[in-house]
Amino acid sequence: MKNQGRTLLQKDGTKTVLASLLSIVIGLAVGSILVLVVGLFSDNLGMVSAWEGIRLIFFGILNTGRNTSGSLTWGFNPQSIGNMLFRATPLILTGLSVSVAFKTGLFNIGAPGQYLMGTMVTLAIALGIPVSALPSPVIWLLAFLGGVLAGALWGCIPGLVKALLNINEVLACIMTNWIAANLVTWFFDANKMFQNTVENTKSSYVYKTAYGRTMVDGVWTYVDGSGVQTAKLGLNKIFPGSQVNAGILIAILIAIGVYILMIKTTLGYQLKACGSNRHAARYAGINDKRNIVLSMAIAGALSGAGASLYYLAGNTEFFWQTYQSLPAAGFNGIPVALLAANNPIGVIFTGCFMSMLNIVGLQLTNLTAYNEYITDVIISVIVYLSAFSLLIKMLLSRRKKDKPAKAADSPAEVNAVEEASAEKGGERA
Amino acid sequence: MRTMESENIIEMLHITKEFPGIIANDDITLQLRRGEIHALLGENGAGKSTLMSVLFGLYQPEKGIIKKNGQEVKIHDPNDATALGIGMVHQHFKLIEVFTVLDNIILGAETTKMGFLQKKEARAKVEALSERYGLKVDLDSKVEDITVGMQQRVEILKMLYRDNEILIFDEPTAVLTPQEIDELMTTMKEFAKEGKSILFISHKLNEIMSVSDRVTVLRKGKYIGTVDAKDTDKQSLSNMMVGRPVQLEVTKAPARPGEAVLDVRELCVPSRSHKKNAVNHVSFQARAGEILCIAGIDGNGQTELIHGLTGLEKSSGGTVTLCGEDISHASIKHRGANMSHIPEDRHKHGLVLDFTLEQNLVLQRFNEKRFQTHGFINQGAVREYAGQLIEQYDVRSGQGPVTMARSMSGGNQQKAIIAREVDREKPLIVAVQPTRGLDVGAIEYIHSQLVAERDRGRAVLLVSLELDEVMSLSDRILVMYEGEIVGELDPKQTTVQELGLYMAGAKRMDRSGKEEKGA
Repeated sequence: MKNQGRTLLQKDGTKTVLASLLSIVIGLAVGSILVLVVGLFSDNLGMVSAWEGIRLIFFGILNTGRNTSGSLTWGFNPQSIGNMLFRATPLILTGLSVSVAFKTGLFNIGAPGQYLMGTMVTLAIALGIPVSALPSPVIWLLAFLGGVLAGALWGCIPGLVKALLNINEVLACIMTNWIAANLVTWFFDANKMFQNTVENTKSSYVYKTAYGRTMVDGVWTYVDGSGVQTAKLGLNKIFPGSQVNAGILIAILIAIGVYILMIKTTLGYQLKACGSNRHAARYAGINDKRNIVLSMAIAGALSGAGASLYYLAGNTEFFWQTYQSLPAAGFNGIPVALLAANNPIGVIFTGCFMSMLNIVGLQLTNLTAYNEYITDVIISVIVYLSAFSLLIKMLLSRRKKDKPAKAADSPAEVNAVEEASAEKGGERA
Repeated sequence: MRTMESENIIEMLHITKEFPGIIANDDITLQLRRGEIHALLGENGAGKSTLMSVLFGLYQPEKGIIKKNGQEVKIHDPNDATALGIGMVHQHFKLIEVFTVLDNIILGAETTKMGFLQKKEARAKVEALSERYGLKVDLDSKVEDITVGMQQRVEILKMLYRDNEILIFDEPTAVLTPQEIDELMTTMKEFAKEGKSILFISHKLNEIMSVSDRVTVLRKGKYIGTVDAKDTDKQSLSNMMVGRPVQLEVTKAPARPGEAVLDVRELCVPSRSHKKNAVNHVSFQARAGEILCIAGIDGNGQTELIHGLTGLEKSSGGTVTLCGEDISHASIKHRGANMSHIPEDRHKHGLVLDFTLEQNLVLQRFNEKRFQTHGFINQGAVREYAGQLIEQYDVRSGQGPVTMARSMSGGNQQKAIIAREVDREKPLIVAVQPTRGLDVGAIEYIHSQLVAERDRGRAVLLVSLELDEVMSLSDRILVMYEGEIVGELDPKQTTVQELGLYMAGAKRMDRSGKEEKGA
């Protein structure tokens, strides 16, 4: 049993994690180089600022501001961490959305559209039902479920088109994204009652859900504080000053639920069978068409849930003129899923990581003369690399100097010997 | 060895090639003499293809050296191999389908003048070669439009065009008709007579005995020995290859056919590639307790017939009755209630390669009560069932039930499928090329399983392209040609030659079973 030396390092799962970590580190390193270059060539900045910027990129989440002498201070920052968790909530859910679809062999680039439809229905329900009609937890629940359902239905469309007409889901997703963007704009444009006129410093925003629809003197108006808000469950005590609420806990529960669905249930088994080999699934009598639609519906429901949880926080506002842009939370589900190698539990962590970069961007803006968009560069480098994570995994596997087996005529033959030698690592040459 | 150097054109000495965790070639020595046909014999996974890939420059060996004409050479990639005059016909042809035959032949070795192709010279050279060796090809057809046999001739011409003197043939006969095989054997002998040296990879003993001068046997990555073909016989070769005495002939009692289990009437299945029906008004019955074989050259509608029967494709006419129930338009799942199906393409249909072995073993059954409660998979029951099948059917894999299907050898993948399908205990077993690409040991096993199922009263519908298999395993033969059944033969009363004539469309019977003239 010479394979005792087969360490943790050679396990497939470890390699996946390492590949993701490597992508992250390279992304952060590239960000640092950028900070350095910008720092050295900018008059406002300099070596000192550049060094601060680099430290913020790596450890910004632990920054507590500046002390009186002007240098950065470090420690547990409850506000940053709380906000990180808050912003991670929709990312985790869109990440799950993308990864469920991936696992079943579909590329759900339609998360932004599903997210928008979820937003629209959630807000319409939360702001449409008078606070006097139902207890607010019930309104909250209806709004949440409405958002989930809207996302699911919107996800069904590319699924149906794929299953019945064999049209590539990516095309259909892109189209449904823009249809959603315009539909949402039209909806809020037509329904003036949802447009925020109380805080009239801004235009084209919908009321926050904290505003409740109330009859005052025979006129429907929105009253701050009477609407629905996700419960804090004491999280605001742990992370004072942040926007965090129970949404993050719901997201984590959903992630665990998705994990169980995919690993433990016959439904997950069928979905994965269709995803890995549609022909074999069909051969075995599994209804591949139904499963494609179902898989996209689940993906859509998850994106919709992300939108619901984000906007039901009560203190988030929705800019409804979306017809020219799609929500980043939808698209960022893709890197979140890629980085987590589509593992639902991994998505919790990568979602948090992505939102951490977000916070870091804000820190850079607030504390230095740098622009928060530097973190967008980091994210894009990471996305780029995580798409290469298979390659990185292969490089990690190839500790011997073998050529890749792409030219092998008969990999089965190689594998057969592998198995004949009685001890075997389950990896191919 | 020193004295032999002049006569060996290629020597592969003490080649060791490792892949992570395994040794594919363990100290293998192969000496190819000038002008001989040297067969390389071994089961799947014995390391034949790896060894040839080393010679062709696709892999670098960890240990060992390669000599040509006594001089050590380094072969880093296929270009080096070509420069040394080594050419290879791969098992799966490496041709560009949308290019013409001529373009395929000259690809990579084009004659150019100032960057412009000089096709005229090339054409003349190819035509000369084609004529000289009787390798008939149509130079201006696209590869996608020509037969597999002609594609192989294109591959051979490619080697000749490059003036290769060492020719490697990797399982060349797998795709050919008996007549084409004979032609290939003649061509190979002619090459040898002219001083070209041939390495011939195969596990078909008949061919090896008829064409080769010497045989080198590999087993599980190790060198077993080299023997002169004239001093050995099929039995001792197969014993060397498998490592134990093997039964080459299928032993079976006469069939006792019972009632018709499957009744197919006037079945039509449309073709995907052209407007005609791929299966054109086919009618037959498969009876309990018999092995009914559909013989024919690949691509004559067998695949579509099976797809029509199993529901993978929709039929466009006719009826299929299984166990008294009309299933012409039933779902695949519904049909599966009385039919198990060993599919033609084990990677496409048979297995989910990225699932574990145990997940694959319950592919149709995961919804049965014993394997799930309220939609949650009963992991324990699945594991136990998988363990039982693995043991009963001797499916070998690295990590048992949790082995990834992808990492298993072809033979064991097929055994897993057979275990799954046979264990479902359905009245009809549809087995499509169940032994394709498998070695003698595995074939022996699969044949005995199918015979055992027949003897238990099941109807076995076998589709095979291997004539030996058709002749030895079946109780009744239907020959398919261009989507129609052109003959029904009794294996005990017919010959391979006659079968070949039906397969090639040169002979056909009318519906009453009489031979038609001039068809």
